[in-house]
Formats: sequence, C-alpha cells, structure tokens
Amino acid sequence: MPLLIENLHKHYGELEVVRGISLQLQPGECFALLGPNGAGKTTTLRCVLGHTEPSAGSIELCGLPVPARAREARAKVGVVPQSDSLDPDFTVTENLLTFARYFGLSREAAQARVPELLTFAGLEAKAEAKVPALSGGMKRRLTMARALVADPDLLIMDEPTTGLDPQARHLIWDRLKGLIAQGKTIFLTTHFMDEAERLAHRIAILDRGQIIAMGTPREVIAAHIEPQVVEVFGEWAGHEGGAAAWAAAHAGEYAQRFEVSGETAFCYLEHPEALLAHLAAQGGLRTLHRPANLEDVFLKLTGREMRDE
Amino acid sequence: MSKLLVPLDLSPRRALSVWRRNADVWRRLAIPSLLGNLADPLIYLLGLGLGLGALLPQVHGVSYISFLATGTVAFSTMNAATFEALYSGYARAHQQKTWEAIMNAPLSLDDVMAGEWLWAATKSLFSGGAILIVISLFGLVPWTHALAALPLVFLTGLCFAGIGYIATALAPGYDFFMYWFTLFISPMAMLCGVFFPLEQLPAFVQGAALVLPLGHAIGAIRPLLLSGATDGLWLHVLVLSAYALIGMAVARALMRRRLLR
Repeated sequence: MPLLIENLHKHYGELEVVRGISLQLQPGECFALLGPNGAGKTTTLRCVLGHTEPSAGSIELCGLPVPARAREARAKVGVVPQSDSLDPDFTVTENLLTFARYFGLSREAAQARVPELLTFAGLEAKAEAKVPALSGGMKRRLTMARALVADPDLLIMDEPTTGLDPQARHLIWDRLKGLIAQGKTIFLTTHFMDEAERLAHRIAILDRGQIIAMGTPREVIAAHIEPQVVEVFGEWAGHEGGAAAWAAAHAGEYAQRFEVSGETAFCYLEHPEALLAHLAAQGGLRTLHRPANLEDVFLKLTGREMRDE
Repeated sequence: MSKLLVPLDLSPRRALSVWRRNADVWRRLAIPSLLGNLADPLIYLLGLGLGLGALLPQVHGVSYISFLATGTVAFSTMNAATFEALYSGYARAHQQKTWEAIMNAPLSLDDVMAGEWLWAATKSLFSGGAILIVISLFGLVPWTHALAALPLVFLTGLCFAGIGYIATALAPGYDFFMYWFTLFISPMAMLCGVFFPLEQLPAFVQGAALVLPLGHAIGAIRPLLLSGATDGLWLHVLVLSAYALIGMAVARALMRRRLLR
C-alpha cells in the first residue's frame, strides 16, 4: 500500500494541529486532502515524509514505517513542495541531474532520464536556461519533473497549483492526469475544490486537524448536501434589504436549507422549479442556478468565516 | 537538550552528494571566488607587512611580514569557513530552501549538515591554501612546511564552520550575523595574535587566546610554517577538534528544532 496513516496526532505544546487522522491510499489512485488554511494539511504531509515526529499514531509510507525508516521510504517517493525550492544557481538540466544524484542515480542513468523529464515538463527549449529566467508555471513543472527523477510510484504534492494563473494551472492538471493514466499514485493537498473534483478519485476534507468527510467527490457531495443550488442576490423590488430580506421572508418555503452570506442567499434544494418560478415573479432579484459542488460541501462543513494563515 | 542526543542518521555517500552540489555551484564562480579570497588578505599582508613591517624589528626571530603571513593563513581560513557557514549556509538552509528540497530526497538532516560542513571546510582550505601558495612563492615560508600545514588549515575550517552553524541555526535573517562578527570574529583577530604577538597585551587578556579557537589555530599553524615546530601541536588539534564537534552537535540540535519541528 502506498500510504497508510492511522490515528495520527501532532501537537505543538498546547496546540493540537492534527487530531486523529486515519486514511489509506490505494495504488494508482489520486487522493486529495482538502482543507482551509491551518487545517493541518502541510503538517500531515510533513509527518508522512518523516520531517517531523508524530505525537501519536502510525504511518507507513511505501510499506515502511515512518519516521523510523523515512529515508528509505522517501527513495520511492517524489515530492513537490509548496514553495519553490529549485536551485537558482543551476540550469533546468542541472537541477534535474543534481537531484538525481541525491537519489543515488549514476550520471549516465540521470542523463538518460533528462530528455523524458524535459518533455514531460514542456521545457525542452529551456534545458539550458537558469531557473530565475523561468515563469511560475515553468518552475512548478520543473519541480514536478524533479520529483519524478527517480521514477517513483507515489507522488506527494503540497498545493501544486497555488499561485499559478489559469493557463499554467490547466497545464499542470494536464500533466497530473497523464501521471494518473500511467498508474502513478498521487497524494495532494489543495484548497481549490475544482482541482480536487477534476483530478481526485477520492478526497478527504480536513478541518481543525480532523477529517470531517471522505469519499469520492460525488459521494461526498451526495452525502452532505442537496443536489441543486440557487444563489439569489441583488435588490428586491418594492422591499428593503434586498436578497437577505427576501430569504428571511420566503427562502424557507422553497429550499430545504438556505444561508445568507453577505449580499447573497444560497438556497440548497432537490427540486428547484417552484423556487425559480417564484423568483421569476419577483422584481429586481437576480439568480444563479447550478448543481451543487464540492465547494458547497466544503463551505457547509468548514464554515464561511475567514481563516487566517 | 534531548535533541543533542538524537542518534546520528548519516549516509556518507548521500552527504557527499550535498558536498558535490555545492562544489558544482562553486566551480562556475571559482576564479572570482578565489581572487576574492586572496585579494583581501594579500592587500593586508603587503600593506601591513611591508609598510608597518619596515618600522618594526624582528618579531619572534622572524621578519614582521612572515609573522603576519602565518597568522593570516589561520585568519583567512577562519573567515572563509565562517562566511560559508553563515551567509551561504543561511541562503541554502532557510532562504532558498535548498535543504528542504534535498531532505525530500532520501537524505537526512545529518547528511545535509555533514555535506555542508565538509564543503565549508573545503572552501576554507582553498582560501588558506591559496595564501600558502602565495607566501611560499614569496619565500616567506618553505613549501614543505606549507604542505604540512594543509591538514591544520582544513581542521581550522571544520572548527569555525562547526561553530558558525550555531549562528546560522539561530539567525532570523542575515543582519544577525553582524553580531557574530562584531562580538566573536573581530575580537578574536585582536586577541589571538594575528597581527602582533600576544605578549604585547596585558596578562589578563592573554588568557583569552588559551580558550579562543583562533588562538589554537594560530598556535598550531604559525610555528609549523615558520620552523616546522610541532611542540604542543596535539593540544591545539584537540581543542580545535573539540570546538568543531561540540559546535556541530549544538548546531545540529538547533537546526533540528528549527527545521524538523
């Protein structure tokens, strides 16, 4: 099994950052760990890689106990950290060759591997470019290629697309899909719900150090939320208070559940027809009707209040 | 305290790959780096040695420039090791996150620190070695003595890099290193006999050279270079090794606390 976590706890003094996480990855699956800032995602990854000692619980990475044999286990894992840690003094190719040496690859084996990795990263034309000359998306792709240098079965990625523009993000997703198709196991953290919904076979939502939902994206949505969402916003003709006032007066009649956040009323329900007909008769109010997604579940389970870093 | 006692997790081969990474980066800047390492001490050596030396009688039975040159070997080695451990070490450990990236590969913090430590000592060997070449070419010391001093130069590098990593582990930023230089490195240069014999200082200050590592580096290197004398060498080697190892052990515990928490 690529990864097995049982009842993981991690606390710093009084502060308990991870509170009893258990999960297991199946070979070949893409598993996404979702959570707001400070939920414990990065700490979990650090424990998994043996970079910090768990306060309690057990971890098995690629069949080896961590942290006891973390070094051996990491030889079979590719890691894409959240922050850019490429070597600015080296070219693209040199970054790959230097990293290959850390894994004990011979110079010949490493050099034979470079063209394939450059193609994967779409950096053939940048092979001799220095790292500072690369764009953010290129750097992230190079970091991914670097993680693949020893051809690992398991890839661990901490927020692989944070800070990238949509084009660069889609390109990363494309590469990730390619890796999944090759049969690699991927364990990633993200706070982009669309990313998880698109890529992950299974997800877990982490909040305040605990897993509060786990399953396929469809399962999690079905288990936690009504299938349809109608967002209502704007002025309500002839009434004070706009969408919020409308929701207080009528949302409960039509929606199984609703909440008002700022200027918008979110109505969650199974059959939206009656609500939509009612809204069409109201002047001024604007509506957005869509199927429920992971983001709705996430917000329902973790709340809408801001989380600071 | 408990972090001092964590068992060593060291793979020499992996540690060497960290050394090689740093050597690869250095290679492309080798010429300016060596020139920089040489120019500064040589300016002092020629300026003070010839200018000030002309006013001075012999010091300890040798010309002032020879006296100064032999102290400069230890002084430059200390500076090179300290700069590498502090500024370059900080960049790799914290700012560029080079260590973090390496530790995602099958390397432990001990591998990384061992490779870095060896590298800092190697670089200081280049620096001290370059000065040895120049002063033996000038005929200030016999080249056989210069060759014999190389292991001591390397040990001096290990010593100052070892204690230097304590500063690197504690530093919140580069500015912090000013304290290290102002409170530790610069006073040592004055107290340990780089520029003038210790006997010129009041007796109570002379004791400082007995405990400060630069005093022992000079105590070991200068007599060997000037006359091939090795009396009391073992004590200097012992003290330098102790500084190196204890410094490294403390730095390791502090780095574990900072990077592996």
